[in-house]
Amino acid sequence: MSAPAVEVNGLVIDVTLPDGTRKAIVEDVSFAIPKGEVLALIGESGSGKTTIALAMMGYSRFGARITADTIRVGDMRIDQLNANELPKVRGRRISYIAQSAAAAFNPSRPIMAQVIEPLLVHRLANRKEAEAKAIEIFRSLALPSPETIGRRYPHQVSGGQLQRLMAAMALITDPELVILDEPTTALDVTTQVEVLRTFKAAIAASGATAIYVSHDLAVVAQVADRIVVLKNGRTSEEGTAGQVLEAPSSDYTRSLLAAARPAIRPSADASEDKVLTVSAIEAGYGRITNGKPAIPVLSDVGFALKRGATIGVIGESGSGKSTLARVIAGLLPAAGGEVCLDGEVLPADMADRSREQLRRIQLVFQNADTALNPAHTVGEILSRPLAFYHQLKGGAAAARVAELLDLIRLPRGLETRRSTELSGGQKQRINLARALAAEPDVLLCDEVTSALDTVVGAAILELIDELRRDLGIATVFISHDISTVKAFCDNMLVLYSGTAVELSRQAKFAGAISHPYTRLLVDSVPDMDRTWLAQRAAVERAAMPGASLKNSAGEALCRFLPRCPVAIAGTCDAMPAPLREGEGQAILCHHTLANLSSAGLAEVS
Amino acid sequence: MTGKLTSFLRNLPASGRIGLTLVVFWLAIALAGPSLAPYSVGAFVDQDVFSGASSRFWLGSDYLGRDVLSRVLWGSRYTVFLALGAAILAVCIGTSFALLAAIRGGWTDEVISRAMDTFISIPSKIFALVLVAAFGSSLPLLLLIATLTYVPGNFRIARALAMNLVALDFVQVARARGEGPVHIALREVLPNMIHPLLADTGLRFVFVVLLLSGLSFLGLGVQPPHADLGSLVRENISGITEGALAIIVPALAIATLTVGANLLIDALKPGGKA
Repeated sequence: MSAPAVEVNGLVIDVTLPDGTRKAIVEDVSFAIPKGEVLALIGESGSGKTTIALAMMGYSRFGARITADTIRVGDMRIDQLNANELPKVRGRRISYIAQSAAAAFNPSRPIMAQVIEPLLVHRLANRKEAEAKAIEIFRSLALPSPETIGRRYPHQVSGGQLQRLMAAMALITDPELVILDEPTTALDVTTQVEVLRTFKAAIAASGATAIYVSHDLAVVAQVADRIVVLKNGRTSEEGTAGQVLEAPSSDYTRSLLAAARPAIRPSADASEDKVLTVSAIEAGYGRITNGKPAIPVLSDVGFALKRGATIGVIGESGSGKSTLARVIAGLLPAAGGEVCLDGEVLPADMADRSREQLRRIQLVFQNADTALNPAHTVGEILSRPLAFYHQLKGGAAAARVAELLDLIRLPRGLETRRSTELSGGQKQRINLARALAAEPDVLLCDEVTSALDTVVGAAILELIDELRRDLGIATVFISHDISTVKAFCDNMLVLYSGTAVELSRQAKFAGAISHPYTRLLVDSVPDMDRTWLAQRAAVERAAMPGASLKNSAGEALCRFLPRCPVAIAGTCDAMPAPLREGEGQAILCHHTLANLSSAGLAEVS
Repeated sequence: MTGKLTSFLRNLPASGRIGLTLVVFWLAIALAGPSLAPYSVGAFVDQDVFSGASSRFWLGSDYLGRDVLSRVLWGSRYTVFLALGAAILAVCIGTSFALLAAIRGGWTDEVISRAMDTFISIPSKIFALVLVAAFGSSLPLLLLIATLTYVPGNFRIARALAMNLVALDFVQVARARGEGPVHIALREVLPNMIHPLLADTGLRFVFVVLLLSGLSFLGLGVQPPHADLGSLVRENISGITEGALAIIVPALAIATLTVGANLLIDALKPGGKA
């Protein structure tokens, strides 16, 4: 057997702390990758996975020092190269694909100029050859109109396309090692599938060895040959993908696997009275004419929520999920429709709502990093709503703050710390506690777990679930992750491009009947099964030709039409979709509910 | 209170301690200086001009044979109180308008911003000239001129800072809670812009010293026989070839004062409420 293409032995990376001592952030990590294979580095944030990946290029963030017995890529000893030799290797023989392509591309230059830059910088080709090569790679990455896409600017292509263009930039120099740093984390599930598929094919075609950094085991299961599980900068487990996923040897890997598969919780025994009713909401941005805003985001969205119940709102980015939360909270006044709280119609604009009305609906923001004021201590953050809504001051407020900390399972004594000194999970708990301090009837949770690690996110979900059971708070849970919503919520509202395409009760989620879009979302979530990606090959269909969103009479057609795999030619592109109501379910589709069951759909397609 | 002060001092880096010492020293001089001065500020006490240090005149004499020590002790009072006062006033006024503009937005922002733009386009020296010509030079007027000159610049910086902060989620949270604009401005936004604002104050302070000495040179500033530190440098400029203490000492005074103020400000922790 020939020597592996990439070999790392005894890698240690340490940083200097302000007091002068050195602290290891990566300790004694070793691995080897045979040529053409993909190694996945798995771990939570702070586990050192990106740091290790960057060390493969001999690069570390400022102040960190890399030492290793060996870092070898092909015939190069990265650990022995000096500062003059490293730039000749980077981007040419080892390339890097960053998490956010949107941030990695320069918005003011056309894509082509940026994709061929590695070739020009390393003087490997002239411009003409480089462009020809780029077009070839665009084609292999299944990008639309490969000849002309390079002339566009980064903002003129979609997020998934940009991520693939980033891959083109990395692959153009035929590197020996490609490092992919969470390349699909920022993408919608439906986009993630196609990006994953093209990445896998492109890496296989180029024959490069790859390191895939991710926190998502299911994604890794699709692409990796070998897996290294990291915890706090140390190797927790290493092995082939099949071995790690099917027969993990360490407890830590098992806990990661468990967190990735949330258990379905029983429905809360909600009382019958509806605490929140949202009906026929029209909202958006710009001037409002005839009850419709110039740039509509939501149209005709409605649902009802019982006390102590949870509704999951899901959809891809841009579907209007967060806008719905802002409308309910009154931050964005709705152009039409009503928000009713306990039968009382709330003013659309929060400025017109009474303090009591504001108190009863609390919004928990997605990103706890920006939602907590860095200048305030935890105590100040939590006592403000107490003083504002409940006129609690002094000792009474301090006692209540301590109670709240108990409630969210954080140690007392945290009151004096600033939010910047807390971990991501702790911040999100404080964010939640601030909303709970108001003692709300309705809690709006906007993607509260998406910025968190799987294990930490699962703990936060557990907490929200308990709180709503114990305190009887109705929860609107906004998420892009359908598996979380399925496990966690009693009701589900599926938004597509600002319209509600499906509204169901929990009993019906797992059932066979669902809107084609819901089905697409469900099918796009990767399974832990390693053959999943291959099986999913040709499920998606080509867009319906010439589909426009309005028919000749000017009526709005089903917005999902261009992407619908089961669209009926002559019907879906001519008439607005009817709302089909069944028991505990309402679906906006031309297909009958019987047809929308999985058996029925198999027949249709 | 004392505990807080000691822990504050302990956490201050070396540069900050130097800055603090310098600032405290100059504040003390400004307060007590005139009573310490050995001679009257305008008295011609030496036969010689630009004489060196001696037991009678610790810091020598100036271009008219006046005692430099006494003039510096008096001069630091004008500079510290006028310049510090004007800088602090300018920053307070500028920042208040900036917070108002950033939080209210829309028309309020437009009106305030355009007014400030108009103001910034008036040359400060000409503006000062007109005001002094109309009302005659006096300390309150000088304070007013220096303040008004530096309000628009501070407004621009503070508005840019506040605009970024207002867009952040924690301000949205406060709005969603139903907080009024005053709470949002003072409790949510202001604490996060204190550090750059202090740095700006330090910078404005140096500018005011320069503006005041410029005005004094034109005969519009602090009126003779009194002089601020800037005008002491100006009036003794002919002594620079001789290396006279009369020019070195006030120049050194300005330098230590401004460097000290800036060192202290830079050493304060960002986001802290020290």
